[in-house]
Amino acid sequence: MTKARPYLLQAAIIGAVLLALYGLASVVAAKMRALGVEPGFGFLWQRAGFDIGDRLIAFDAADTYGRAFLVGLLNTVRVALVAIVASVLLGGLVGLGQLSRNPLVAKLSEAHVEIFRNVPLLLQVLIVYVLLIGRLPLPHEAWQLGPDIWLSKSGLAIPWPVLTETGWLLDHPLLGRFTFTGGAVLTPEFMAVAVALTLYTSAYIAETVRGAVQSVPHAQSEAALAMGLSEVQTLRHVVVPQALRSMIPPLANQLLNLIKNSSLAVAVGYPDLVAVADTTLTQSGHAVECIAIIMAVYLFLSLLTAALMSAWHGRLLRQQAGGRI
Amino acid sequence: MRKLLPSLLLSIATLCVALPAHAGKTVDAIRARGQLACGVSTGVAGFSAADSKGEWRGMDVDVCRALAAAVLKDPTKVRWSPLTSQQRFTALQSGEIDILSRNTTWTLGRDAGQGLVYAGYVFIDGQGFLVHKRSGVTSAKQLNGAEICVQTGTTTERNLAEYARANKIQFKTLMFENLRAVLKAFFSGRCQAFTADASALASIRANDSGKPEDYVVLPDRISKEPLGPVVRRGDEDWFSIVRWTVFALLEAEERGITQANVDLIRDSTSDPAVMRLLGVSEDVGKPLALDKEWVYRMIKAVGNYGEIFERNVGPNSLLQLPRGINALPRDGGVMYSPPLR
Repeated sequence: MTKARPYLLQAAIIGAVLLALYGLASVVAAKMRALGVEPGFGFLWQRAGFDIGDRLIAFDAADTYGRAFLVGLLNTVRVALVAIVASVLLGGLVGLGQLSRNPLVAKLSEAHVEIFRNVPLLLQVLIVYVLLIGRLPLPHEAWQLGPDIWLSKSGLAIPWPVLTETGWLLDHPLLGRFTFTGGAVLTPEFMAVAVALTLYTSAYIAETVRGAVQSVPHAQSEAALAMGLSEVQTLRHVVVPQALRSMIPPLANQLLNLIKNSSLAVAVGYPDLVAVADTTLTQSGHAVECIAIIMAVYLFLSLLTAALMSAWHGRLLRQQAGGRI
Repeated sequence: MRKLLPSLLLSIATLCVALPAHAGKTVDAIRARGQLACGVSTGVAGFSAADSKGEWRGMDVDVCRALAAAVLKDPTKVRWSPLTSQQRFTALQSGEIDILSRNTTWTLGRDAGQGLVYAGYVFIDGQGFLVHKRSGVTSAKQLNGAEICVQTGTTTERNLAEYARANKIQFKTLMFENLRAVLKAFFSGRCQAFTADASALASIRANDSGKPEDYVVLPDRISKEPLGPVVRRGDEDWFSIVRWTVFALLEAEERGITQANVDLIRDSTSDPAVMRLLGVSEDVGKPLALDKEWVYRMIKAVGNYGEIFERNVGPNSLLQLPRGINALPRDGGVMYSPPLR
């Protein structure tokens, strides 16, 4: 009896929570029916009726709301992945730069951290976007950055391989009447979100890196230097492996924030998951379902990132416990 | 029989007393309040916007002024309620306002399914395109392959996709939620065209572009957007007054009666239709439970439909909209009034 009691209590609490959720859901469903909207996710198979300009997979107005969500999800993942890689690299460099004995490098790195972590991210997204669309030339006066690489208000147009009947072919961007067609285009909206996310997150990652490196006892690097290792070798073989251990959990936090912050893309018209969901909910009236989808997707992406980071952390701890540094 | 006669006489007497038709509960409420509660926009130049002195101006505003002149005999007795597009229908359904005169598109779903009814239209709009003049584009069909900026939230993005599909052309759609952001993108040249209701485009070109001469509103209209006054369902008396107020404004234009000449015409006319309209001969106000001079007061207060159009949105106003489809039938438009008799 004494053993069963905690379980009974937990079951009762779970039951109460489920009952409350069910009650909430039925109230919402009744309200929606009263407004003439049939609740449920069936609308995902209806025709969307709007176009999405920036996309990784084919999409037009005849496709379904479900596919529109997929386009939005892929756009979110694309911008988040690019920003994750770039901000970890930049943050690592700036973090180490803060510890540099070269005062110019150290001061510049500190300035980077203070500027980008203290200006609200939304403002940074808007500033980068307005600078891009304001300063870049019109498509007809595009800057040529390389063979078939053009930068203009319409974005960065680059050649892109496409699969045709005769095999892989490089599709070159061509200037049409208004803008570039063919190849692949990184739009100013994408660039603004990716750049702002990278700058903002890199400032936090730099602080994480600096703290982690400083947590490695100074005697370690002194000993390594005394043994004849160069500064770079000391960093590479002695300091960084030990710093990584304490760096990964806070780094995971920053990456989770980055993924969620990518929803600010809405401000500059980048069609990420949230933007597509907003358009869908005004068109279809299925607000509750659309918000539920947004929540589920961000929850999934965040849990996935957290799981990957903690797996990496676990592996690192095991390796180091096994003496393989 | 002796008992029946007095009761019969009494009934007839009651009928006679009640004959000046009862004006309905909305009109009673307006008269008791001494003010017409008019729902307008939070600021759309040419339709309903407060000027620098706080005075409301615009076509939709003049409709309410005309109604106040007809019902309350004073065009200034209006209480203005600025409403967002989310608030507008609820405000009318709940009785907070008597009439919604707020550039609102007449559609089947709104007219039949929400406890509301449209009393007509005062301006026929349509979705159009604003382009940079330097692009040399003169028709929407030439925009194949162009990047088009859209503000999401209404049916704009849907109309655009349908138009592209019907005409077998392709657009690169850029959707923004915020009006400021989409205007910034368009005016800095990020997209080659901006699509919205043509009247809104005219207002944006005039007020937000900095250099109106560098931009053109293309002549194409890719959707039907008849804008008109809306009232609550269930009060036919009030509905009729609003509907015939709009018709009377059109009729006055057709007969050449203006704010400036209405007094002169009333004193000198021998045209039976004009005499009837201005209450010199028959009383066309009676079936609406209004008085003889309701049209005269309206014209005196705001002028005829043509004058309202010219003053607020016409070629010499800030919006510089051509009369186009909003002209009288004799000038190639569709603004037709049934006979007021």
